[in-house]
Amino acid sequence: MQRVLIFGATSAIAEATARRLAATEVAFFLVGRNPKRLAAIADDLGVRTGNRAHQEVADLDELDRHPMIIDRALAALGGLDLALIAHGALPDQRACQQDVGKTMDSIHTNALSAISLSSLIANRFEHAGHGTLVVIGSVAGERGRQSNYVYGAAKGMLAIFLQGLRNRLTPAGCQVITIKPGFVDTPMTKEFAKGVLWAQPDDIARGIVRAIKNKSDVVYLPWFWRGIMAMIGMIPEWIFKRMRL
Amino acid sequence: MSTVARIPLSGWGRLPISRQTLLHCRDRSSPLPLPDHGTLLPYGNGRSYGDVPLNDGGYALLTRGLDRFIAFDATTGLLRAEAGVTLDEVLKLIVQQGWFLTVTPGTRFVTLGGCLANDVHGKNHHVAGCFSAHVTRFELLRSDGERRICFPNDPWFRATAGGLGLTGLITWLEIHLQPIANAWITLENRAFRNLEEYFQINHAREAVWPYTVAWIDCAARGSALGRGVYMAGRHAPVGTNPPPIRHSQWTLPFTPPFSLVNTPVLRTFNWLYYHAPRPRLGYSHYAPFFFPLDHVRNWNRIYGPRGFYQYQFLVPHKSAWAALCEVLDRIACSGQGSFLAVLKSFGNLPAQGMLSFPRPGVTLALDFPNRGAKTSRLLDALDDVIRQAGGALYPAKDSRMRGDDFQRAYPEWQEFRSYIDPRFSSDFWRRVTEQG
Ligand SMILES: Cc1cc2nc3c(=O)[nH]c(=O)nc-3n(C[C@H](O)[C@H](O)[C@H](O)COP(=O)(O)OP(=O)(O)OC[C@H]3O[C@@H](n4cnc5c(N)ncnc54)[C@H](O)[C@@H]3O)c2cc1C
Ligand SMILES: NC(=O)c1ccc[n+]([C@@H]2O[C@H](COP(=O)([O-])OP(=O)(O)OC[C@H]3O[C@@H](n4cnc5c(N)ncnc54)[C@H](OP(=O)(O)O)[C@@H]3O)[C@@H](O)[C@H]2O)c1
Repeated sequence: MQRVLIFGATSAIAEATARRLAATEVAFFLVGRNPKRLAAIADDLGVRTGNRAHQEVADLDELDRHPMIIDRALAALGGLDLALIAHGALPDQRACQQDVGKTMDSIHTNALSAISLSSLIANRFEHAGHGTLVVIGSVAGERGRQSNYVYGAAKGMLAIFLQGLRNRLTPAGCQVITIKPGFVDTPMTKEFAKGVLWAQPDDIARGIVRAIKNKSDVVYLPWFWRGIMAMIGMIPEWIFKRMRL
Repeated sequence: MSTVARIPLSGWGRLPISRQTLLHCRDRSSPLPLPDHGTLLPYGNGRSYGDVPLNDGGYALLTRGLDRFIAFDATTGLLRAEAGVTLDEVLKLIVQQGWFLTVTPGTRFVTLGGCLANDVHGKNHHVAGCFSAHVTRFELLRSDGERRICFPNDPWFRATAGGLGLTGLITWLEIHLQPIANAWITLENRAFRNLEEYFQINHAREAVWPYTVAWIDCAARGSALGRGVYMAGRHAPVGTNPPPIRHSQWTLPFTPPFSLVNTPVLRTFNWLYYHAPRPRLGYSHYAPFFFPLDHVRNWNRIYGPRGFYQYQFLVPHKSAWAALCEVLDRIACSGQGSFLAVLKSFGNLPAQGMLSFPRPGVTLALDFPNRGAKTSRLLDALDDVIRQAGGALYPAKDSRMRGDDFQRAYPEWQEFRSYIDPRFSSDFWRRVTEQG
């Protein structure tokens, strides 16, 4: 029985991933901030797995609640094999420019909150000598662009933090997996017009489950984003800074 | 819930095509998205053939995002799920736990909400009735924000079962399943040489087999008029263990520029189908037995860009024979045969829905490639036969029936009107109630 803890369990990508995991023997502890939607997802996973999913309503911006949530999850599940950190929020870049408070909020939700949870879980995993931590970053975190650099900076910070964590935890036999999705058709991106580069949440979920199985380190989803980001990375800064991106 | 620009949508027959703004439903607890102007209509998986799920110029409430299970009691077989869950998803959950759908149409790629809104029927109608007969309750969300839990015999239940999506959004429903021992079907095939033989066989088989259906060769004429193959089945008993079968899936990846279904192809196909050797008794996995067409995804594309018409009608038992002869004769004379003509007699269990299609009688479903005026003329001629026989056409398959034919065949439509949500409307409804 795989024991799974999910933060941001109401995210479309997290829900699709949980459904795929539900095809095997698993017990879930789900954390989300919208109680009704969280309950609906917990019920669904309960039916799919045949056992009740535990749930905890929390706004993950409240960092001081993190230790208690993790304690509860470990107690309820009797240990932990897999943790998925999926919550995130795409801020309005222009609004962040006008109001530095919004910039700080976005860094808080997308970077600090995930870093806080990752740190706490990493310590448990290291102690247990076992565990897989999966965190959803973004291709936006690779290079700052005028249209999206607040969110990008947070995801970039998260990626570097996870890289260090991976380096630290590998000797302990634990996995740290950074997922870097490209464009995904989810409520987060509902205002965007969708084109050919867009993936569905279940495409990302399939990649996440594969990454867990393969004990991958950094995974671009879908795969072609690795190439796209490599090319974007090669553009010299003196050109990049003049581009309208 | 979110919006996307206005895009073309159609039913399974790929005709007509209408333009509407898409609204995604993802959360059953949130209120309906209500734009300032315009009307809404739920859109399930688009497996109705005609304009029943369409609302040109308005908004489509896409229900596939409501795809969560709510509760399943594997001891009683009671399942509660959101309305956008498909039968395919239900079967993947329940079959291995020893349960099966009590009523299922001929494709599993339909949503629970769509099944209730068309009050669909299956091969076991003569013993099990329609889909709504096994729905124990559901929630209806109205545009004024009201949530109604509807139980059988409640007028809102009667309006919404078969209510074509017009009474509001069904957010979730609870259904009764039937127990099975395994995933297999015991079946019996029998060819019949004409309609007379069909009626004899049907009478005998219906008394003992829960699933019965017949395929008719509609290219045959004269003394072979109405020849076909009768198929009967039941869930296999405990201990059945047929050899494993391979499940493959084919996809028609694109729409050919013209219809691949023409007269010689139809004639050959029908001839082969009738003469194909098939075991008299045997076993089948449930999927090919109930869902033979699901094997090829997007099979509707073979009819080319002009799309096709499904034509499903019912005629009362007393006029059935004469009407069927007349219909088959007119089709054979027109040379516009149908690929799969499916014949089934309905039982006497009254349907609950005010607008439910099933009623005592015999139903025949046909499909015709759209050849413009020629096809319209044939279908108009068939309408005359159905009208004379006191029959009815199935809205889920229709995109062309006349308003007066609808109103005559569905006499409760006036009463139904008062249950329509003021912010809901459909192409079908406007067509059959606002014109001639
Ligand atoms: C190959 C094939 C075989 C078929 N065989 C049969 C058969 O044997 N028997 C039979 O009866 N039918 C049969 N059908 C027709 C099909 O079962 C029905 O049209 C079914 O209702 C389609 O479901 P859907 O989810 O695709 O709904 P759609 O076609 O998208 O919508 C159907 C209606 O339901 C309404 N609706 C959908 N969801 C909701 C909701 N949540 N709340 C309120 N209203 C809603 C829509 O507004 C619309 O009026 C067949 C169709 C195909 C393609
Ligand atoms: N969609 C994309 O194109 C894309 C691309 C790259 C990376 N990502 C990342 O993928 C992850 C999943 O996002 P998604 O695409 O699945 O979008 P989503 O469905 O909108 O999910 C985001 C989730 O985060 C939750 N959340 C936000 N702030 C929270 C907080 N303070 N406390 C608790 N929960 C909070 C949201 O909860 P509520 O529902 O209650 O608001 C929501 O469930 C995110 O980390 C996102 O940054 C997405």
